[in-house]
Amino acid sequence: MPDQLLFAMEVTLNGLMAGVLYALVALGFVLIFKASGIFNYAQGVMALFAALTLVGIQDGQVPFSHLINAIFGTDVHHFGWHVPALLAILLTAGVMVLFAWIVERYVLRHLVNQPDIILFMATIGLAYFMEGFGDLMWGADIKKLDVGLPQGINIPIDETTYGWFGYGFFIDNLDITATIVAVILVVALTLFSQYSKQGRALRAVADDHQAALSVGISLRFIWVLVWSIAGFVALVAGIMWGSKSGVQFSLSLIALKALPVLMLGGFTSIPGAIVGGLIIGVGEKLFEFTIGPLVGGATENWFAYVLALLFLVFRPQGLFGEKIIERV
Amino acid sequence: MNTQTAESFVTEDGRTIGGVVMEMKNITLRFGGVVAIKDISFDIREGEIRAIIGPNGAGKSSMLNVISGFYVPQEGEVWFKGGKRPQMKPYQVAQQGIARTFQNIALFDGMSVLDNIMTGRLTKMHTNMFQQALWFGKAEREENQHREQVEKVIDFLEIQNIRKTPVGRLPYGLKKRVELARALAAEPNLLLLDEPMAGMNVEEKEDMSRFILDVNDEFGTTIALIEHDMGVVMDLSDRVVVMDYGKKIGDGTPDEVRNNQAVIDAYLGVAHD
Repeated sequence: MPDQLLFAMEVTLNGLMAGVLYALVALGFVLIFKASGIFNYAQGVMALFAALTLVGIQDGQVPFSHLINAIFGTDVHHFGWHVPALLAILLTAGVMVLFAWIVERYVLRHLVNQPDIILFMATIGLAYFMEGFGDLMWGADIKKLDVGLPQGINIPIDETTYGWFGYGFFIDNLDITATIVAVILVVALTLFSQYSKQGRALRAVADDHQAALSVGISLRFIWVLVWSIAGFVALVAGIMWGSKSGVQFSLSLIALKALPVLMLGGFTSIPGAIVGGLIIGVGEKLFEFTIGPLVGGATENWFAYVLALLFLVFRPQGLFGEKIIERV
Repeated sequence: MNTQTAESFVTEDGRTIGGVVMEMKNITLRFGGVVAIKDISFDIREGEIRAIIGPNGAGKSSMLNVISGFYVPQEGEVWFKGGKRPQMKPYQVAQQGIARTFQNIALFDGMSVLDNIMTGRLTKMHTNMFQQALWFGKAEREENQHREQVEKVIDFLEIQNIRKTPVGRLPYGLKKRVELARALAAEPNLLLLDEPMAGMNVEEKEDMSRFILDVNDEFGTTIALIEHDMGVVMDLSDRVVVMDYGKKIGDGTPDEVRNNQAVIDAYLGVAHD
């Protein structure tokens, strides 16, 4: 097989894996948008915050240590213990549930029946608040996140493909793990929302608040539930991105990449978020590989947005978005 | 019919009407300076069809919203099943077995007819979130049980053929029927219908009347309804409350109300000579 084709195949595979990571972030957006019609700008920051908290708990960091030291003149930084990865993840999940409760109690509850744009603005505020709060709580330095996920080149794939084509594909173990986790997450979430009673209640709330109340659904419970699930998805995305590129504040910017993903997949579709992520991932890698050299590279920065723009023109509801049914 | 007796009795057409199940005591509801309901008291007996009528803006829907917890009255008490009801959120009222429909249809447009009606069963489902998430035996058994109940309601209201259709695509009359189905699926103790026949043609109205009577007859469901069509109201209901400008001006059997001078003046039209 010609080298060019082999390269292209490897690029495609890597693009698929990168797409999974985009999809993980997009998934959090879709969940909240579906259930409450709110575009949650803070989703990316939630992933960052979850990753920061996870690292902090794992390494036994003292929260707010800078603040404490500045006020009391002490010099504490670490508790001096290490928490096992699994326990730390569970604790962080607990923190995200608590966060969901706080958001409902102190933000959403006061904005019931406000226009969507107000709620959107509130999530922007929330995003900046969380970014600052995360900084204050855990410090702004780049941290290494290691929860024991396999990393580095996958040897079996490398050897197998070498045996077949005489050229070994480089696939990162972490990307493979992320793919498996994403598939499980999506299947579980789809089943939950389609077939469980809470899932049905969740869709009901998304559709009509008044009707949902009249059949005995507590809106507050559903909101806490939705934000908890979104927090959990953010945690998973945070773990994957954090393991890949370290926990740093630019992590919150990956949320921006989720936007074109959502425009492609549709804001209301869980499978759409995945397919959208894959298309963007593969698309930008292949584009960079084929067209990049002709235009001087760095196409990955804008390709996704141009693709999204084209979709907005020809299919505004995205690939899997709900069709707009209107009776006249 | 003597409305004062607390004992149950049997009507001419053989239905049993029991004691008082819900009692509104001196309800007053204000929106700012506007008095929507002014010191109104009435009761609803178990197994009866109770109508609330009155001209536009009389406060009928507000009264229904007070019963279902959407509005909180400034004064007065709501007694349900012999006890004073504390202030409740609408979803808590629903959990007590009070189901309702809305004047302007509130369905879940994006969901199928079946899913819409299934939401009516939510208050009857008892498996918790973790069992649901894992979909272990118990959650599945429960789902199937409730599905059976929902199918009964679907058969009863003759909407088998639109089971899988998204509600948003249905014509108005059918939407009204699906909304009734969702309320029925909850097996309510008290069913509140806010203008169940508004905007329907004669045929649809006849169908709906038949369903309301059948529900009351077969399941013994207590029904409180608001309706504009006087003919329908007089045919359906056992007792009627008449409201005008937020006040109660009449209460009794259809015949009593028909012959009440205040009601005739306010609602049925006064003869000017």
